[in-house]
Amino acid sequence: MASLNLLVFVCLGYVAVLFLVAFGAERAAMRGQAAWLRSPMVYTLSLSIYCTAWTFYGAVGYAARSGMEYLTIYIGPSLMMIGWFWAVRKLVRIGRSQNITSIADLISSRYGKSTLLGVLVTGLAVVGTTPYIALQLQSVTLSVASFSVADATVRPLDDQNSTALWVAVGLAFFTVLFGTRNLDANERHHGVVMAIAVEAVVKLFALLAVGVFVVWGIGGGIGATMDRIDASSLGDWQVQPDRWMALSALSAAAFLCLPRMFQVLVVENEDERHLRTAAWAFPLYLLAMSLFVVPIAVVGLDLMPAGTNPDLFVLSVPLAEGRNGLALLSFLGGFSSATSMVIVASIALSTMVSNHIVMPIWLSRQQAGAMVSGDVRNIVILSRRFSIVGVLALGYLYYRISGGSTALAAIGLISFSGVAQFLPALIGGIFWRGANRVGALAGLVTGGLVWLWCLFLPSFGPDVVIPAGTMAEGPFGMGWLKPYALFGIPGLDPLVHGVFWSLSLNALVFVTASVFTFPTPLERLQGAQFVNVFDHTAPTRGWSGGMAQSEDLMIMAQRILGATEAQDLFRRAALDQGLEGYLPEPTPAFLLQLERELAGSVGAATAHAMIAQITGGANISVEDLLAVADETAQIMEHSSQLEAKSAELTRTARQLRTANEKLTALSVQKDAFLSQISHELRTPMTSIRAFSEILRDAEDLEGEAKAKYAGIIHGEAIRLTRLLDDLLDLSVLENGQVRMNIAPGRLSDFLDHAVAATGADRGKLRLHREGREDTVLVTDGDRLAQVFINLIANAQKYCDAPEPTLTIGARAVDGLLMIDFVDNGTGVAPDQQDMIFEKFARVGEQQAGGAGLGLAICREIMARLGGSITYLPGQQGAAFRVTLPLRDAMAAQ
Amino acid sequence: MDKTVLVIEDEPNIIEAISFILSRDGWRVATHSNGVDAVSAVGARKPDLVILDVMLPGRSGYDILRDLRAATETADLPVLMLTARGQTKDREMAESLGASRFMAKPFSNSEVLEAVRDLVRP
Repeated sequence: MASLNLLVFVCLGYVAVLFLVAFGAERAAMRGQAAWLRSPMVYTLSLSIYCTAWTFYGAVGYAARSGMEYLTIYIGPSLMMIGWFWAVRKLVRIGRSQNITSIADLISSRYGKSTLLGVLVTGLAVVGTTPYIALQLQSVTLSVASFSVADATVRPLDDQNSTALWVAVGLAFFTVLFGTRNLDANERHHGVVMAIAVEAVVKLFALLAVGVFVVWGIGGGIGATMDRIDASSLGDWQVQPDRWMALSALSAAAFLCLPRMFQVLVVENEDERHLRTAAWAFPLYLLAMSLFVVPIAVVGLDLMPAGTNPDLFVLSVPLAEGRNGLALLSFLGGFSSATSMVIVASIALSTMVSNHIVMPIWLSRQQAGAMVSGDVRNIVILSRRFSIVGVLALGYLYYRISGGSTALAAIGLISFSGVAQFLPALIGGIFWRGANRVGALAGLVTGGLVWLWCLFLPSFGPDVVIPAGTMAEGPFGMGWLKPYALFGIPGLDPLVHGVFWSLSLNALVFVTASVFTFPTPLERLQGAQFVNVFDHTAPTRGWSGGMAQSEDLMIMAQRILGATEAQDLFRRAALDQGLEGYLPEPTPAFLLQLERELAGSVGAATAHAMIAQITGGANISVEDLLAVADETAQIMEHSSQLEAKSAELTRTARQLRTANEKLTALSVQKDAFLSQISHELRTPMTSIRAFSEILRDAEDLEGEAKAKYAGIIHGEAIRLTRLLDDLLDLSVLENGQVRMNIAPGRLSDFLDHAVAATGADRGKLRLHREGREDTVLVTDGDRLAQVFINLIANAQKYCDAPEPTLTIGARAVDGLLMIDFVDNGTGVAPDQQDMIFEKFARVGEQQAGGAGLGLAICREIMARLGGSITYLPGQQGAAFRVTLPLRDAMAAQ
Repeated sequence: MDKTVLVIEDEPNIIEAISFILSRDGWRVATHSNGVDAVSAVGARKPDLVILDVMLPGRSGYDILRDLRAATETADLPVLMLTARGQTKDREMAESLGASRFMAKPFSNSEVLEAVRDLVRP
């Protein structure tokens, strides 16, 4: 006989086994032998916490009451895993790359690490999950009660509340023990995951066992059972398309949005590839879970006396048949379903409460900053433990207040629709760059309010929260606000009505508000990272470091991550930077890495705030924005346009500046040139005028003096003429109006001509001629000789050596003929070497009679001839190199 | 009268012309032909008047004038500036620096003589 004592004993034994499993898994994980823990099957089985006691017991009850509609609860998630695999995968990738700790963290993180959003999502999640936890407590209590009813030897359990209390306390203990061992959610709860995987097997096995017993043990085989089903009222069941669709969509949404589902699906995910297995294995699991629901319901309806709670058929049918062992197994299955759900849900909720409510409050009270305050690690763990206890206490309270009424059964769907309010912000956040914080907040608030008004509050029953009059007439007589007929559209099923309006308005407000408001830079960055997570998994959003003190960061990190982990992290980062010791440079990359690690423990918003406290860089700089520019197609495009414009502007500005400089230089040059010409003309004119006046006025001049003065006049007149000739020559050359008489000729001939013209063969200057003077050039010989004359004359004039010598050497290099004129004087001072080719530039103090145009003319001539003339520095004397292209000459030969 | 004129000019022919004109009028003429040490030449010779060319090798006549005006003993020394540029800008420059008279080349001999006589009044 299944006495109550036995039941308690079995329960404790089962829990002990779970403890062992969890403990063993933790130990194995710690020793790094967790390969088998990380199998995709464990992941898939952990997803089965979707099937709670509500599904374990309730599905049969649901089928008994509403026919095949219970299937929608399984169809939604299956569709999600198969049809929306890519969306789930994206969610998992984002969760892993951003170290997301919960659904509240994901939404808060996506919308600029908004604390307000985190609080809102957490609040809604707590409100939505509490009834669900109460439901689990109720199911365990009811199942225990059904045993005691069947067991006549034991007095009926009059105090079901104590059962619920003990279950709650036990679960809290287990959850605190295994759920808060590791602070970093990223390190995952191996023990818990393993335990729920085992529970998943137990509940599936239990349900299948009951199913097999019902079909073959009672029903008499498949055929007979099918006949029974046809005969039962379930066969008459009519599909209600609106409810069917709404429920499927709702359960699909809940699959993503339920905090506990998010916990196992995203946070506890070890490897993205596990999703591939889960994509087919999880729907299969659900199929197996739903396989015998209808037979059990039908047989239960047939067998059990009218008025028996169909929710407990799974348990009561074996009991009624005297199969106590099977009943016990079935009880364990239900117990498993309930406990695993409560454990994971309370872990998920406690993480959210601790990270998004407790920590921000605690942090804001720590004026001195995260660094100097006490051990954050302990505070986080403590706040999580209290949160777990608090969540379970809330569940228990809800159970006590609702009095374990049958209304609880309906609360499952209402819970679903509550958390489904996250869906627009969640899906929008990972697929739509334009989604922003204002939109998410507005949508959530709108959806949450509609849900409260149309689904949650009425669920307590008439006159509990909302007076019956208001239900019928709307608040204050406003008919369009009737909870079951918003906007005066009656006739919808209350659930469909509530789901439709809450989600539609939520999505509408979310999109509208997002479109009409602007996101902050941080939101843009996060948005880009989330939406384009597959393109760039490497994060780029940066902290501008430098101000941050590595040591302060280290102190803070130790308090959050634990000393060993933090030191290890810092040492590795330092090593990566090529530094010894434990203190890396606070580079943006390191700060980002640190923030992500911290986010795994305390959530993105809190981690961000903590680092901001130390680094002082709470704001994202333009530089950071630009750093991400290449990450985001949109910003990149925009930026490249801006860059192009900016480059164009820069180019234009540069051109303008150059043009302006050129014009200014030209103007200065023109002034200088005019001034120079004036000087060069007036100087000889002065002498001419002065001496001609003397000759005219002074009658007593001697013949010798007269001749001398006339000579001066003559000389100056010649100088003037030459100057005018040179000016004219230069002007013609510069304007390109000069005609060159190109003809072949021998270099030696041109040099001979120049030497003869300057009289250098007879004067003081000694000439050395060497090299390839026999080269034939095709050029304007007269002009080339003019250049040579100038150079030889310069040497004659300026070479200040006691025995002035000019060496003229010609050689051919790389198709160029180079003729060097090197004398043995002091040469040209380095600062004057650039300007000697300018007009009127004269070196030295002597007035050698030239106008300073000679070299300028030479330069022009050489340019016309396709060559050049340059000053050769470092030749121990003045040295000029005349260069001519030789190719033409060769071709002419 | 035996007054001394110092001609600071680099063009040999112009030096000769001015020397001729002034010495015939009874002036003692000293010459100096570069800008670098022109100021010290003025100090050494203590002339009654300086004829100063603007374009001198080594140093500009304007700089020399500025130095002369800055020193107490030459602050009031009459200075006749000669320039071959003769643009308004040059005249203004010379006047602002305190030149006693400004004359553009080519000048007429009588003008020079007149200016010198005018500037050195007993």
